[in-house]
Amino acid sequence: MYLYDQIDREFLADRAAEFRGQVARRLAGELTEDQFKPLRLMNGLYLQLHAYMLRVAVPYGSLKPDQFRAFAHIARTWDKGYGHFTTRQNIQFNWVRLGDTPDILDHLAGVDLHAIQTSGNCIRNVTSDPYAGATAQEVDDPRVWSEVIRQWSTLHPEFSFLPRKFKFAVTAADADRTAARAHDVGLKVQRGPDGDLGFEVMVGGGQGRTPYLAPTIKPHLPASRLISYLEAVLRVYNRHGRRDNIYKARIKILVASLGAEEFARQVEEEWLKIGTAADLPDTELARIRGSFTAVNFDTLPPRSDAFEAAKTGHPAFARFVRNNVKAHKQPGYAIVEISLKAPGATPGDASAEQMDVVADLAERYGLSDIRVTHEQNLVLPHVALNDIEAVWRGLDAVGLATPNISLISDIIACPGLDYCALANARAIPVAQSIAERFADPDRAENVGELKVKISGCINACGHHHVGHIGVLGVDKKGEEFYQLSLGGSGAEDASLASILGPALPADKVADAVDRMVEAYLAIRQDGERFLDTFRRTGMTPFKEAVYVDAH
Amino acid sequence: MSTLIKLTDAGFQAAEDLFIDVADEDAIPDGPVILSLTRFQAEGDALVTAGRSVGVRIAADEAVEDLAYDLPRLALVAVVFPKFRDGRAFTTASLLRQRLAFGGEVRAVGDVLREQAMFMVRCGFDAFAPSDGATVEDWARAAGRFRHVYQRAADGRAPAFEERG
Repeated sequence: MYLYDQIDREFLADRAAEFRGQVARRLAGELTEDQFKPLRLMNGLYLQLHAYMLRVAVPYGSLKPDQFRAFAHIARTWDKGYGHFTTRQNIQFNWVRLGDTPDILDHLAGVDLHAIQTSGNCIRNVTSDPYAGATAQEVDDPRVWSEVIRQWSTLHPEFSFLPRKFKFAVTAADADRTAARAHDVGLKVQRGPDGDLGFEVMVGGGQGRTPYLAPTIKPHLPASRLISYLEAVLRVYNRHGRRDNIYKARIKILVASLGAEEFARQVEEEWLKIGTAADLPDTELARIRGSFTAVNFDTLPPRSDAFEAAKTGHPAFARFVRNNVKAHKQPGYAIVEISLKAPGATPGDASAEQMDVVADLAERYGLSDIRVTHEQNLVLPHVALNDIEAVWRGLDAVGLATPNISLISDIIACPGLDYCALANARAIPVAQSIAERFADPDRAENVGELKVKISGCINACGHHHVGHIGVLGVDKKGEEFYQLSLGGSGAEDASLASILGPALPADKVADAVDRMVEAYLAIRQDGERFLDTFRRTGMTPFKEAVYVDAH
Repeated sequence: MSTLIKLTDAGFQAAEDLFIDVADEDAIPDGPVILSLTRFQAEGDALVTAGRSVGVRIAADEAVEDLAYDLPRLALVAVVFPKFRDGRAFTTASLLRQRLAFGGEVRAVGDVLREQAMFMVRCGFDAFAPSDGATVEDWARAAGRFRHVYQRAADGRAPAFEERG
């Protein structure tokens, strides 16, 4: 895993000192809220409905145990004892006080963490595959390139005041766990026709009120030319992206209005002029790459008798393994997903105690590596099969052994009207009502993979456009209503969901989901997921199931 | 007169602004002047030929490349920040230095705040007309806040990967 050196550390210390000065000027009345707002936003500090919210970056979703413990410490010391993991693989603290934020940033800097570029119209934290370095599916480690982009984009002199925020996703596997096409730029690491390393470059995806899937504008960019090409993309956007209307300022609107081909042509023209001067030297690439290779796996047999016996002995453990444990590239190891979607819980929330336990388990059994997923769960990417039962027991003791990864109760939800100043409706209680409806684990497993994603407003932080079932909170004359949509996907088979029909009141949403699930179970063919059945049959059977009473 | 700060080999210094910024509807006075791009394209040639010291004001939506052939005759280019969060001026300055090899003064005008001092310096600005009341000391402190940078840019400062090398 990438380790900060003295340069990275001094950079963070300088940043924390700068913010301390700005907060002091604000508290002394030398800065008005209007003047302070852009400064605090550059450090991830939002003013929400009830309090300040601090969004801390988790670079490409990767953490060490001491960093995880720092989150626990912050939750305990300066917040209400918990933190909220987001769909950007970051963590948010929802109840901080302005005067405490410099101390929080100092504490974070002490473990090489920060809140730089977690808000504002700049290049945000890079999303990457939570299975990086652990899955056999990848052609390269996407964290290498994520770290390259992190460094390049940090306080970029030319691209820190873009028309709008700008989000990257980097994946290196055919199974896409990053929602790459739903990003401003999605990069897929691949081997070219001659075996050379490069990227498929997708530009202009995004959600919000006008969702787009990013078209591919460069089928194969040589890896060594990444930075110059990104400079060209960003320069074209910085010059020509709209600045007159906040809702039309994302790069997706520029790409859609020019057309992908014309946008690609402009980027190509700019790229030729930039030349290779902006590209990273091979020595630095090698240095970064080197920090991601040193994982001390034991040589283990591919099969563990203890693990097999535990599965036979404990049905609950077997269920956890079926749903939360994934294949690892190294014989004798597995990837363990930790669901933050326990029944009744707020999706993505973790308490300080839970975070401490995860840190301990990662240290003891997980080669000190922890990941955050964009689906608001956690991952221990390297656990020996022999140790999975112990990890499961440790997780179970603090309510973290929910065996529901990718099942219907593994719901993405934004903070919604419970916290967010932008929301029209609550998202968390709706998620809870659906999860409770499918609390029977046998039934949930029978239903299989079904991704429900809930946003409390049109800004789509809950990714409802790419939910197999999407739920969007809308305001109807002061009442919370929910618009359902079907058929979205943020994975390698990316698609945007279509609206099912008229919006429903909050107490009818779980019913409607239940009816659609029953309709699916009645008509599904062998091996079909809900999404596959929907793609085969279209909207009609689901529409009939939900609106039957309306006729 | 508002503050003008210049970045020289000796660091940041207060400077007297010898130029008059001429609005399009005003007559062109004697002495060094700054004209809009359109005005310069219409009337600049005569002034420069007469030996006048002329600068050009580039708006955020104007392409600095249009000025390419005139750059050797210009004393300065004033790049306008209509709002501090309008980042097009950073690209304009970068292109002036890196692509068009302009060696004269590149001045930041408009909504110019100390919080952007480092970004401006890195993109090649070397003169600043702060709109937030920043003094030379404020400006120098803000511009020098970070001991390290991560990218190659117009200022030629060694990025982290060169420091490490």
